[in-house]
Amino acid sequence: MFEVIGERINTSRKKVQAAVADRDADYIVDDVKKQQEAGAAFIDVNAGARIGHEDEDMKWLLDTIQPVVSLPLALDSPDPAVLELAFNMVESEPMVNSISLEKDRFDTMMPFLEGKTCKIVALCMDDAGMPASSQDIIDRADQLVKDLTGIGFPVSSIYVDPLVQPISTDITKGVMVLDAVRGIKAQYPEIHITGGLSNISYGLPQRKIINRTFITLMMSAGMDSAIIDPLDEKIMATIVTADMLLGNDSFCMNFLKGVRAGSIES
Amino acid sequence: MANYDAIMEALVACDQEKLTSLVNGALEEGASANDILNKGLIAGMDIVGEKMESGEMFIPEVLMTAQTMSVCLETLKPLLGEEGDTVTTNVLIGTVKGDLHDIGKNLVAMMLESGGMNVHNIGVDIDPQEFVRYIKETDADIVCLSALLTTTMPAMKETIEAISESGLRDQVKIMVGGAPVTQAFADEINADGFAPDAGSAAKLAKALAA
Repeated sequence: MFEVIGERINTSRKKVQAAVADRDADYIVDDVKKQQEAGAAFIDVNAGARIGHEDEDMKWLLDTIQPVVSLPLALDSPDPAVLELAFNMVESEPMVNSISLEKDRFDTMMPFLEGKTCKIVALCMDDAGMPASSQDIIDRADQLVKDLTGIGFPVSSIYVDPLVQPISTDITKGVMVLDAVRGIKAQYPEIHITGGLSNISYGLPQRKIINRTFITLMMSAGMDSAIIDPLDEKIMATIVTADMLLGNDSFCMNFLKGVRAGSIES
Repeated sequence: MANYDAIMEALVACDQEKLTSLVNGALEEGASANDILNKGLIAGMDIVGEKMESGEMFIPEVLMTAQTMSVCLETLKPLLGEEGDTVTTNVLIGTVKGDLHDIGKNLVAMMLESGGMNVHNIGVDIDPQEFVRYIKETDADIVCLSALLTTTMPAMKETIEAISESGLRDQVKIMVGGAPVTQAFADEINADGFAPDAGSAAKLAKALAA
């Protein structure tokens, strides 16, 4: 079953930042309830944009969100101190977003993660920058899996983000990431593949149709999670439909449920 | 009189065959390589920049025009050398410390280069002191700082401060850009300009160089 990580609670979004600054709990509550209803599997919480306020903002967001949704949270921060605070507040096993092979990030995240039980987003990024080939992505994913399983994380708790790059500046970037996803899944069948998708359409018009088409290709290659806006009805309908076509929707029940609810139409 | 408008149009239309024949025709008629470059190709890229800014042209088309132009530049380069150097603007461009993103920065570099500027693209994750060193080394007139992350925007401020402390601030114009960057942020950190896309960046750089 495909898992959507709802990306909306992020203080780099203007309205969320204003709501957080004003401690407008109603706005946040309404937003996360809608994400849950729309089918999100996790609610991502990023409080990083108001520099100097990340810990208090994260704390307030968790206090505000947890009583009203039953979904697990994706704690989204590069700062282990903020993550530690958040980790101690969550009521169910969270996802941590994220670790990468960038030395500073890796060296601070590994001691934080050691001994903890959570899902972990692993970005295929290192100090050389964005991956340059399919093999590069596969090698980085492999390294992250080795490091994380080495401190006790089961492969099934790892959500690899292969880092989708724009097709507008290099026409091979779509195939590059698709090949990498197939390679990673072949090596580690239990692993999850996630990530944002909208980078693929950077620099092009009519971006959403590119994103929607691309997610079906990614799902076919083995992507089983994505960090997206669950209130985008069209992409959610595409995901449910593609998931059915890939054999992951027993008796087509989710698809039919979506059709009856009016969220899926031709 | 060479038809520079036709050269401009062929470039904007990415018509390599037509452009090559127009450029060769102009040279045969006695037009100078400098004029073909400035009145034809660079003028054409100015239009491309404007169309990109207004959303009429998209990144792949801009890249294709740049490639079309570079083929013609190969023909013109030896002749430009013979005609003697003209005064050009030196631009230093890089992504600030802690940030490894380069797609947008490279697009800006390409647009400035296509606009006739002498561009030194020094890469990503550039320390403030490195920027200072490169300004001296390249005798830069314009410095372009790029950041894609909210977490690396403060490094833009640090870089500008380092340039000020080194005493070079008055010698250079500083432009900033990248997804989270705004005009307000540019003003706050004492940059000379901000551009939201590569097309506007080319226009801004010309204005700052003038």
